[in-house]
Amino acid sequence: MCNLKRQLLAGPYLLWMAGFILLPVIMIFYYAFTTTSGHFTLLNISSIFASIHLKSLLLSLKLALICTGVCLLLSYPLAMILNGMKEKSQGFIVFIFILPMWMNFMLRILAWKLLLSNNGVINTLLEALGLPGLDILNTPSAVVFCMVYDFLPFMILPIYNAMSRIEDDILEAARDLGAGTVTIFFKIIVPLTMPGVVSGITMVFVPALTSFAISDLLGGGKVLLIGNVIEQAFMQEYNWNLGSGLSLVLMVFVIASMALMSAKGEEGGAGVW
Amino acid sequence: MVKKSAQRIYLSLIFLFLYLPILVLMVLSFNDSKTRVQWGGFTLKWYQNLFSSSSIMEAFWTTLAISLASALISTLLGMLAALGIDAMRKRNQAVMIGATNIPLLNADIVTGLSMMLLFVRFTRLGMGTVLIAHITFNIPYVILNVLPKLKQSSRTAYEAALDLGATPLYAFFKIVWPQIRPGVFSGFLMAMTMSLDDFSITYFTKGAGIHTLSTMIYTEMRKGIRPEMYALSTILFLLALALLLFMNFGPSARKAETRQ
Repeated sequence: MCNLKRQLLAGPYLLWMAGFILLPVIMIFYYAFTTTSGHFTLLNISSIFASIHLKSLLLSLKLALICTGVCLLLSYPLAMILNGMKEKSQGFIVFIFILPMWMNFMLRILAWKLLLSNNGVINTLLEALGLPGLDILNTPSAVVFCMVYDFLPFMILPIYNAMSRIEDDILEAARDLGAGTVTIFFKIIVPLTMPGVVSGITMVFVPALTSFAISDLLGGGKVLLIGNVIEQAFMQEYNWNLGSGLSLVLMVFVIASMALMSAKGEEGGAGVW
Repeated sequence: MVKKSAQRIYLSLIFLFLYLPILVLMVLSFNDSKTRVQWGGFTLKWYQNLFSSSSIMEAFWTTLAISLASALISTLLGMLAALGIDAMRKRNQAVMIGATNIPLLNADIVTGLSMMLLFVRFTRLGMGTVLIAHITFNIPYVILNVLPKLKQSSRTAYEAALDLGATPLYAFFKIVWPQIRPGVFSGFLMAMTMSLDDFSITYFTKGAGIHTLSTMIYTEMRKGIRPEMYALSTILFLLALALLLFMNFGPSARKAETRQ
């Protein structure tokens, strides 16, 4: 009796979520499958195959993959180095590598714009050294740079956490049994950090795939990601039906990539290696 | 030895990559020159202009008000929800936790746009809609912080208190609350941070004429940025630094460590 009453405490939350998560998703579905006059259509969904939309989706996938790969390559050695440090200094140094994440998202983009622009800091430095300038603002490279900068901590943290949970005893046992550094790395460290890697990949790939602000501000209108196409459909063309249709397609990609990663994560946890 | 120095170099390179952009913003905030990169002498005038600019200060207070209010309301709703979920059967719990994860995993742009569609249908976009949106994406963080604490706490003490004649409310404050307080607190802080940092969802759910810092910087970056923004970013960075240092190494953090 008392238990049932306590369950009711979740009531306001359930109502809230029904109203502001479920209902909005239903609205997206409704708009995605109707025309402006309210008739059923599949054109909004199938318009993803229009060449301009398909191109932006492929570009988004490509940039998100590159960004995730670079983040993983940078984070894994970093996590190993951090984990190998003395206990005492570790906390503070990890803190230093996470701090930039707490700076406002927009300000981080602004900083990169200043660094990369034609008469920006990096080019001034290169010029002073007599080197040729780097003209990458308004190109996909600039967008990837900034994405890596923005999402790197999301990769560092889970990998570092997974690594710091590995018991020294296991490594010692392996060493006693004659395993070399390489064997230990591939047979113990990599499999045991797999869950961390998987959650890192998800946490970087999804925002990179769906972001629109970075490409908008650093791409100079020339780098059109699927997020930009959706944003423009809603905010500039006021074509909510098309925007909703493309959003649904994007949602499918997000869900698919997460399903794939969580399947991989369970595999890793089950010790396939 | 070689390995050690290679490690040092690697750490410094990543450190440089992370902090060079921030350093540039900070240096430029003291730069008395209109062209961005040329150093034109030291000045504090951007800081003075910052505090006398009504549009920036208004965006600052809006941001603060929305993140505080949304964090408070979502903490209350989330804590109640966690108490309710904790009392459910195992299978229902799993369903509820799964549902709670959805907004965390969904793309920001889709969350923002879907809420915009709903709001435009039934009301006008404004401060209220931004607040509702922020509460919505904040509640899951609170639940996921409080629920583990509830799992660790003992049910028997609460039931014993009830048997001894305490009212449920009294027993809650005397027994349950002290055990879940750290989770509630960290959930609140996390909600506040998420809200302070959010751009996408605010961008789609705000009405015309309302700006948080994120959306204001976004609009300015498309037109050309004012140097006051560099001053603002320096202040915000130092605030974040102070807050994090306090949370990680302050008196409460040390107490938690000794207790363990």
